[in-house]
Amino acid sequence: MVGTEDKYILELKGISKFFPGLKALDRVDFDLRVGEIHAIVGENGAGKSTLIKIITGVHQPDEGDIFYEGSKVVFNNPTVANRYQIAAVYQQPASFPHLTVTENIFLGHPIIHSATKRLMWKEMRQDAKRLLHSLGSDISPSATMNSLSVAQQQIVEIAKALSVNARILIMDEPTASLTKRETEDLYNIAKKLRGDGVSIIFISHRFEDIYEIADRVTVLRDGKSMGTWKVSDITEHDLIKAMVGREINQLFPKNTVPFGKELLKVEGLSRVGYFSDISFSLRAGEIIGFSGLVGSGRTEVAQSIFGIAPADKGKIIVEGREVLIKNPMEAISYGIGYLPEDRLEQGLFLPLSINDNITISIIDQLTNRGWLNPPQEYEISSKMLELLQIKAPGIFHPVSSLSGGNQQKVVVAKLLAAHPKILIMDEPTKGVDVGAKAAIHQIMSDLAAEGLGIIMISSEMPEILGMSDTIIVMHEGRIMGVFSRSEATQEKLMEAAVKVNRLTQAQVIS
Amino acid sequence: MTREPSKVGKGVVFFKLRGFRELGIIVFIIIISILIGIRNPRFLTWSNFHDILIDTAALSVLSVGMMLVLVTGGIDLSMESVLALTGMIAGMMVKQNPQLSPLFMLTLGLLLGGLLGSITGLIVAQGRVVPIIATLSMMYIYRGITFIISGGKWINAYEMPDSFKEMATGRWLGLSKLIYIVLAVYLFFYYFVNHTHTGREIYAVGSNQEAARIIGINTKFITWLVYTISGALSGLAGVMWVARYASAQNDTASGFVMTIVAACVLGGVSITGGVGTMSGVLLGSITVGIINNALPMVKVSPFWKMALQGLIILIAAIVNIAISQNMEKSQLRRRAI
Repeated sequence: MVGTEDKYILELKGISKFFPGLKALDRVDFDLRVGEIHAIVGENGAGKSTLIKIITGVHQPDEGDIFYEGSKVVFNNPTVANRYQIAAVYQQPASFPHLTVTENIFLGHPIIHSATKRLMWKEMRQDAKRLLHSLGSDISPSATMNSLSVAQQQIVEIAKALSVNARILIMDEPTASLTKRETEDLYNIAKKLRGDGVSIIFISHRFEDIYEIADRVTVLRDGKSMGTWKVSDITEHDLIKAMVGREINQLFPKNTVPFGKELLKVEGLSRVGYFSDISFSLRAGEIIGFSGLVGSGRTEVAQSIFGIAPADKGKIIVEGREVLIKNPMEAISYGIGYLPEDRLEQGLFLPLSINDNITISIIDQLTNRGWLNPPQEYEISSKMLELLQIKAPGIFHPVSSLSGGNQQKVVVAKLLAAHPKILIMDEPTKGVDVGAKAAIHQIMSDLAAEGLGIIMISSEMPEILGMSDTIIVMHEGRIMGVFSRSEATQEKLMEAAVKVNRLTQAQVIS
Repeated sequence: MTREPSKVGKGVVFFKLRGFRELGIIVFIIIISILIGIRNPRFLTWSNFHDILIDTAALSVLSVGMMLVLVTGGIDLSMESVLALTGMIAGMMVKQNPQLSPLFMLTLGLLLGGLLGSITGLIVAQGRVVPIIATLSMMYIYRGITFIISGGKWINAYEMPDSFKEMATGRWLGLSKLIYIVLAVYLFFYYFVNHTHTGREIYAVGSNQEAARIIGINTKFITWLVYTISGALSGLAGVMWVARYASAQNDTASGFVMTIVAACVLGGVSITGGVGTMSGVLLGSITVGIINNALPMVKVSPFWKMALQGLIILIAAIVNIAISQNMEKSQLRRRAI
């Protein structure tokens, strides 16, 4: 199973990568043997993507060296990786959606008639067909890429890698959007390539994948390598511990308050292709934390409740009344507020003043026969500035001049100005510093104490564990576990997030 | 439920749809021709069809240039001004030197237009100015230069040599010479976009610029190239236009750029890039030509003509959206969550 014991095709030694305010990789060692499948696992933000981008030449390391077949190399742009026969297959294939399968495979290195410079379509089509056939697929070479399923597109990407005789193949969460059957096909392809001497770096959140096909596994946590093991030498439990094993600090105080009446009840909510059969209930004073990996459908559930992308099926009951929410305006009228994950794009009007940002969603209520009422606006904004302790020179300064944490507070202020009863917060502290984080958590805690119900989506384990009264873990569009604050542990949550429920998978296929 | 159908791939279905889209234009052309023919039998005569082809000649050539720009995800609003400026220069030249051959004038149009287009291309590719802004500016600049060099005067029919006007009026094997120019352009570009590496790279850049860069395509060169080509074809069309109408005016083709975009959209070219075929733009251009020719023949007022033209383009756009949304939806169903 394990490739040639001591022959390495690629070695990374002491790789560090810094981004402004963030150490994405911290002296990471990684090596890849000829003809092995080497899995990389880690939580969101552990540094997996950065590592891959360094290997493919998209990013350059700030420290450390890369060795290719024993000699030192520099991958300073993406085309260099091509030269070293490194190819990558991404979760969402980065291809040319409008072009044919043949073109997607050969566009970077077409077969051209030596005299006339004409593209030799017939030869390329035949080659494409042969490559796809060798992967056990009968996709038509003349089909356009966007007519294929994600699984088929990935097979085309693999065929493309084969067409350049890739010696290192990186597969970045290739199974994330595949069905059980498609996943098995992919396993077989990976095993076959390994047999042919291709070295594969396999990134996955699914332990099932790792134990099924990988020879070795490297765990990344907070930009550091936690070690590399033979898959046969490490149990699932130890792997989870290596992934999450950090101390929880007491930065996240949610005061326990008695819960009031039920504010929101969701029953069997489904949206084709994103999530299915989501049910839960939110009471006044409660914070529900939605945990799970990026892409597990958490954000999509939140956006459905807020009416951005309404669900296809299921009920939403607000304060005992079943409601149909088709757009955000309706959600707001039912007292729901939404803090989007991407505050710059969806939450703020950067060039406008703090005052304008805070009052814009309630401007209707502040007008008098069509005329604005500035003094009333200023009063509300100033009150919010004080309440949320937004550090700004004044309410007339543009939001773009504030720090990330204070911008986040302005978004919260904007939400609160509308007096919501239910708050949905998607990654409320993403990208803010520790101080601002604590402040935002304090505000959330206070709001709950005042009787608001809060749904918080977070990819940070400590935040989830510290802030939530109830924790819902999602995986691939389904709820995989519900935990109360007292019974939840990092290990339990991670286990629920990565384990594939075989029963549900079987149901999907039948 | 068996899982076999997914193996076969939706590719087959999609190809039928794609085929259908162009078939749709053909069916539309036939239906409108029959309807108009019933009301005015003269519409269905060979000589009228030949007239339509002559009237559509410049548009067909321009649509090819616009298509290539649209495929990269850009737009070239300056085409109409390049046409006017080149046409004016050509008119002034034949007025001074009546002995210049039509073939020389056409070549000159291509080169001059290409030069003007390459400046626009540089601004977009190297200067990173958004295409709509860059080409809007060049549209005004080139139009302004047209006024400056002509001193606001027209070149009239009597000032042009017969040999030059003969380009449009003269026939060869029963067909206007303009039609042969169109034919040559379409044959050349059909080969270029389908059978050369550079041609396919244009589509790659429009389909996914980042992926194109990663596989080593010089995206800046491709961007520059498409504006240069659209300029060259505008220049060629400028000479054809002046010969056809036997006059070079300062406001020649003013506002015509939207008609070019309309012909492309009708022909199935995607405004967001990546999609466009030679057969599509040819059919799109002919459809616009037929609408222009037919509506007056059944005594539709010019006011209605424009509104109807808009309505037809709108319908084409809605069909586009419907097809792509439908595809997206069925794609999601396959994800099986």
